[in-house]
Amino acid sequence: MTTRIDTRFAELRKQDRSAFVTFLMAGDPDPVTSLAIIKALPKAGADIIEIGMPFTDPMADGRVIQAAGLRALKAGMTLTKTLQMIRDFRKDDDSTPIVLMGYYNPIYIYGVEKFLDDAKAAGIDGLIVVDLPPEEDSELCIPAMKAGLNFIRLATPTTDDKRLPAVLANTSGFVYYVSITGITGSAAANSAAVGEAVGRIKRHTSLPVCVGFGIRTPDAARGIAERSDGAVVGSALVDVLSGSLDAEGKATAETVNAVAGLAASLAEGVRSAKSG
Amino acid sequence: MNSLPNSFRSGPDERGHFGIFGGRFVAETLMPLILDLEKAYADARVDASFQRDMARYRKDYIGRPSPLYFAERLTEHLREISVASGRAGGAKIYLKREELNHTGSHKVNNVLGQILVARRMGKKRIIAETGAGQHGVATATLCARFGLDCVVYMGAVDVARQEPNVIRMEMLGAKVVPVQSGTRTLKDALNEALRDWVTNVHDTFYCIGTVAGPHPYPMMVRDFQSIIGDETRQQMQEAEGRLPDSLVACIGGGSNAMGLFHPFLDESSVEIFGVEAAGHGLDKLHAASLTGGRPGVLHGNRTYLLMNDDGQIQDAHSISAGLDYPGIGPEHSWLHETGRVTYLSATDEEALAAFQLLTRLEGIIPALESSHAIARVIELAPERPKDHLMVVNLSGRGDKDVPQVGDILKGRKK
Repeated sequence: MTTRIDTRFAELRKQDRSAFVTFLMAGDPDPVTSLAIIKALPKAGADIIEIGMPFTDPMADGRVIQAAGLRALKAGMTLTKTLQMIRDFRKDDDSTPIVLMGYYNPIYIYGVEKFLDDAKAAGIDGLIVVDLPPEEDSELCIPAMKAGLNFIRLATPTTDDKRLPAVLANTSGFVYYVSITGITGSAAANSAAVGEAVGRIKRHTSLPVCVGFGIRTPDAARGIAERSDGAVVGSALVDVLSGSLDAEGKATAETVNAVAGLAASLAEGVRSAKSG
Repeated sequence: MNSLPNSFRSGPDERGHFGIFGGRFVAETLMPLILDLEKAYADARVDASFQRDMARYRKDYIGRPSPLYFAERLTEHLREISVASGRAGGAKIYLKREELNHTGSHKVNNVLGQILVARRMGKKRIIAETGAGQHGVATATLCARFGLDCVVYMGAVDVARQEPNVIRMEMLGAKVVPVQSGTRTLKDALNEALRDWVTNVHDTFYCIGTVAGPHPYPMMVRDFQSIIGDETRQQMQEAEGRLPDSLVACIGGGSNAMGLFHPFLDESSVEIFGVEAAGHGLDKLHAASLTGGRPGVLHGNRTYLLMNDDGQIQDAHSISAGLDYPGIGPEHSWLHETGRVTYLSATDEEALAAFQLLTRLEGIIPALESSHAIARVIELAPERPKDHLMVVNLSGRGDKDVPQVGDILKGRKK
């Protein structure tokens, strides 16, 4: 079965370029603005959109994304509303792949079967769940595959050659290489080391390998895009969003444009990459 | 209802599950390290030199065995109440004196074990989370003893209400990091410690303070704390020539309780009671995960958690920083569902009253955490006959709580 993610990477291969993948938190800073932002992303050059599912206790996220989640929760965001937001997005866009990213507890409480049914119906293509390693594949990964959703796994600098096959075994869509040991929004990735790591992963899989964590500028995005199948940018976009808010943390007239503007220049960086 | 297992002591399985609870719900970055730790602990467990080191430091450094003390005046007091209200006569109460351990609580039993494992793994940097500061103090202490770097994450709210322990940790050479994120209490300290670990995974050992977190922590911490129950069993045999009839312990994450309970789980004659923190009351803000929560996934394991219908973790509240956590160790969740252990709760007010009662009757100032267990003993003991032997885990001493309780009591006199 082919998902929008598979289709998108096939198109990108034909164009001989890497993907620009954006991350933003669903409902940040409020559900209406958040929908307007994700609607603007494909035009700004996003090839794949990752949407964070807000959670009170995001153990793998730095301050910027923690704050985004808390803003969204404060604005009343729930998993149900996140799914609704994707349904609304799909009314105008049936091709841009959407990947939900977050932590397991809200999904577990929503109910795995119901969540997979509703996510598929909403037009979601893939899932990234930070706290579900291969050791817990029976929880969500296997049911998601059966439901026709890609389960995108994180590989990290600590995932050695011995462990890689286990990490890749039930992965589909693409592999998300976390370029640093650390939380989102911290250190910058060293592009040479990233290139080496991507090469190592590619010896074990034919899936596309996208790289995230620590990419903040068009230059950095280009450097990563030259060495991988896609560059993921999250904290830098959320930072710009946060900077556009008023003193009460509410959206302003600038918010959507500020995020779309940075996305466009990052997309430019990715598209200027020499193909690898 | 789950079918009852042949033994309550055989868990967890190889994937770290106690029934549906437990597991390894962590980011991929940490997974290789958790597998390394599992192996290092499995090796240590059967290594005679590790066991010898544990025994030596327990005796000469911690000061074990801790006494099993017959609390004569508390027993008399509750017997008077029992008789006056026409009840069974009142149990004979023993206190397991974990508060006499070096550093003032049961926490050091676990830290000793983990630090010896960390040394075997060649780790030079130790991180820990702490609520009341007792686990932080124990970790800072053993890091000083073994010359290891120590960073302790503590919610900013807890830093303010447990200042004596912050000063102690800093004197011992630890860096105390006040955590400003989320609710600024124990759960956020745990999040921040996990963020540190994921960042410094190559040289850092995470010394978790309770029977929670990803496998193998719940099992490993339980094993290190089981010295409490093992000693109790032997001491009660010496004192009374038989097993106790009931055990009572307070529960935040649940390590002191698990340490006391585990060696007795297969003794069906022994009634076992865990006491959660009911805070302002179970219909208000509290920290009673089993009574007021439901199964979910947080901090590496599936267990009972306080949360809303969207799976968002809710604020816990307890007067005692050490119980102020919206979760509980996964083995307790399993013991709750199997019905082997009965889980009760005590409010802030009940704990405060018990704190004062024990202080006045026995000359022992208990930690506010342990006072929750005493609070339920005040009700359980009078219901039982005079030949009933009840053991309460006095998990920590109350010195750290003296400023906080002093302020509360002073405020009431005005």
